[in-house]
Amino acid sequence: MEKFFETIVAPGAVDFMLYIGVILLKVIVVVVIALLHVAFATYFERKVMARMQLRIGPREVGPFGLLQPFADGIKLFFKEDIIPANADKPIFYLAPIIFFASALTSLSVLPFFSGFVVADINIGLLFLLAMSSLGAYGIMMAGWASDSKFAFLGGLRSASQIISYEIAIGLSLVGVIIMAGSLNLSDIVIAQHNYPTGMFAIPQFLGFAVFLVAALAETNRLPFDLPEAESELVAGYFTEYSGFRFAMFFLGEYTGMLIMSSIATLCFLGGWTIPAFITNFLPFLSYVPGIVWFLAKVYFLMFCYYWVRSTFPRYRYDQLMAIGWKVLIPLALANIVLTGLVKSLSKGLQ
Amino acid sequence: MIQQLFFAYFSAAIILLSVLVITRRNPVHSVMWMLLLFFHLAGLYLFLGAEFIAAIQVIVYAGAILVLFLFVVLLLNLREELKTNRFITSWPVSLIICAGILLLIISSLRDFLLGPIGKYSVEYLRKETNTVALGKVLYTEFLLPFEIASLVLLVAIIGAIVLAKRRVKSH
Repeated sequence: MEKFFETIVAPGAVDFMLYIGVILLKVIVVVVIALLHVAFATYFERKVMARMQLRIGPREVGPFGLLQPFADGIKLFFKEDIIPANADKPIFYLAPIIFFASALTSLSVLPFFSGFVVADINIGLLFLLAMSSLGAYGIMMAGWASDSKFAFLGGLRSASQIISYEIAIGLSLVGVIIMAGSLNLSDIVIAQHNYPTGMFAIPQFLGFAVFLVAALAETNRLPFDLPEAESELVAGYFTEYSGFRFAMFFLGEYTGMLIMSSIATLCFLGGWTIPAFITNFLPFLSYVPGIVWFLAKVYFLMFCYYWVRSTFPRYRYDQLMAIGWKVLIPLALANIVLTGLVKSLSKGLQ
Repeated sequence: MIQQLFFAYFSAAIILLSVLVITRRNPVHSVMWMLLLFFHLAGLYLFLGAEFIAAIQVIVYAGAILVLFLFVVLLLNLREELKTNRFITSWPVSLIICAGILLLIISSLRDFLLGPIGKYSVEYLRKETNTVALGKVLYTEFLLPFEIASLVLLVAIIGAIVLAKRRVKSH
């Protein structure tokens, strides 16, 4: 059979097809599992926030309300799709697709456990930053194309917020890049495992703090959710969206949270590994599969997102910009200088 | 064969997209075509094995500079903008000059020589990765031009701050 194909197509074509097939299978697995995680992240958020506000949260659909995300999805799918009369139709249609697609594309470079990554590219970290800047276009286009004041203001706010905080995120990760000596996410995780503390969050505490705060702003979450501030802008950039197009923005935002938590896990918390001193002390822990540690860290960070959301009030817009430009970026720059100095000095000692 | 097809697609798409950018009446649509153009440029860099440059192309040009373009364009009055002429009246002169330059380039194509094969072969880059190779070259061989470029950028930043400060005072 294999010979038969090779005579028809070309030598090596079967291997190539197999390679493509494996990649497609990986893509399908990652997208389906990530979307299931996103669906249950909404349920998780509602339950956590409800408990924090002395409520119970969703409990009617399925046992413990576990089927609530699916009920919401089905409801949104059958809602009427309303498009404003003066909307710029092609851009209005494209905006949610760009936003959602850029979030899903980011999943392709994340190593979930040792060796499992769709595209193991050398510039994984830069690829993630590039995709998050593409996501900003989805938001700006949605705001502009809706032909609505609320949406337009939300889009403008979001664009300036995302490009300001993107700088802080990029600079906070430079310390990690210096320490790991690589932009490949798998290499960064392995470098952390070989480091005495097992994770870069301890030597890079400054970068980690900057990253966590900037990640909140980058994903438009409270206390920096000014692009969609309900009390001023109705729903911000997606005010005019309904039905499944709204669902794409919603899913994109939660996928964005998942990705930001994953980046923090991979770059600062050691990814799928746990520090060597813990496994030396409790050897049985080394038999736990890596994906468990990865998901536990990601879910802890997701929980922090909800925790912050139900604790802090929203910042004013000028305060948001001041935090980004006058606090986070100088801190991240100081972190780069410090890390570079320590690295070059320790090299000199050896 | 596949390589030539890839290159043909990217170069044709880049030309087509550039024409679309300058001919659209709606400036926001122009910016959107330009976004696609930048992604095609990044694809071309990727195709040359320069993945770091490709990523920087997307992050800096698409992620920062074009967003600022979009900012300015979004604040334009679109109803007036749609009525104004897209081109200045002296465009035929520029067309003749550009056609002349194109002719010059085409006539010099026959004398095109391939450069000598240097240290940075495909195998070398695959082993070292593009980012490492670029970093080493930038900080050793081209340190002076690199520092001069950073100084120029610093001057531009300070200039922008000075201009913005002056405007605040005059109010």
